[in-house]
Amino acid sequence: MLSSIPPPWTAKREHLAKSEAETDPAYGCRPDERPYPDMLRFGVINLDKPPGPSSHEVAAWIRRLLGVKQAGHGGTLEA
Amino acid sequence: MTGVLPVALEDATKVVHALLGSGKEYVCVMRLHQDVPEDRVRTVLGEFQGKIFQRPPIRASVKRQVRVRKIYALDVLEVDGRNVLFRVGCEAGTYIRKLCHDVGEVLGSGAHMHELRRTRSGPFTETADIVTLHDVVYLHSEWQKTQDLDILRKFVMPMEKALGLLPKIVVRDSAVDALCHGAHLTAPGVVSVDTGIEPRTETCVYTLKGEAITLATATMETQEILRKSHGVVARNNRVLMPRGTYPKLWHTKQEAQAPVKD
Repeated sequence: MLSSIPPPWTAKREHLAKSEAETDPAYGCRPDERPYPDMLRFGVINLDKPPGPSSHEVAAWIRRLLGVKQAGHGGTLEA
Repeated sequence: MTGVLPVALEDATKVVHALLGSGKEYVCVMRLHQDVPEDRVRTVLGEFQGKIFQRPPIRASVKRQVRVRKIYALDVLEVDGRNVLFRVGCEAGTYIRKLCHDVGEVLGSGAHMHELRRTRSGPFTETADIVTLHDVVYLHSEWQKTQDLDILRKFVMPMEKALGLLPKIVVRDSAVDALCHGAHLTAPGVVSVDTGIEPRTETCVYTLKGEAITLATATMETQEILRKSHGVVARNNRVLMPRGTYPKLWHTKQEAQAPVKD
């Protein structure tokens, strides 16, 4: 019988405290509250890629459309 | 549509590194070259679960040597004549085109991949927050008209979303800027930590506000990180947060040795 390997995205983790600390609201920002243009600068788009153009071309279109300096895709979709 | 393709912008492009090695899920239509009884197709596909050997196809972006890849699950959804629809969850770097070919070899009938759609790339799935290029163009023009940031936030997610599957280590404010300068994470900085961390586990280090600071490789397991009072607990790999986001609260050797003024 083949052993089944659990996929990494089903891993359940607990988060355990080591010490107590507070954060100074004067620095940084909660990720979902980043102002413009930081929200683009630290942003990711979950794109449903159309067939035809390459992953690279699609990333380049996004880059130009949003006027950002750089855009990279996470893994080529070979088809 | 060929499915989930996370696109990272500017500084977030560094998280792509974490996504490349993450698990994938696909829905695939495989076409058999001869008629094969359905139960045999299902049996053989079932045998492709677990660890498989795979030589990357001729048109591949990696060296063509046989590699072991993990197939987490392979579920046949429908068999219609010579067309076989299945869902496969697999390790990064698994070639589904090659998997179909190899299934055809085992069946003796021959087979090829007819259609493929990626339904998961690490933490990104086709069900949550996915947008088409048309959506992006439309929402972007709506944002330009209204300047309403909530419209941009409908499709631009924080880069932290891409790191969601990595075990987390949260650190206090005073440790943040040192990490941004490339320092390794030491025990006193740690506020809280995920279970399941082992030596050499890839982790992500966060601020108390939930911002990703850096990707780091743990040097010890969770319980040891909790126990330790000093020493390196994770080695800095790839800094995500720009320097100076948090105040610098550490001293250079020179500053430390300088006489204290009052």
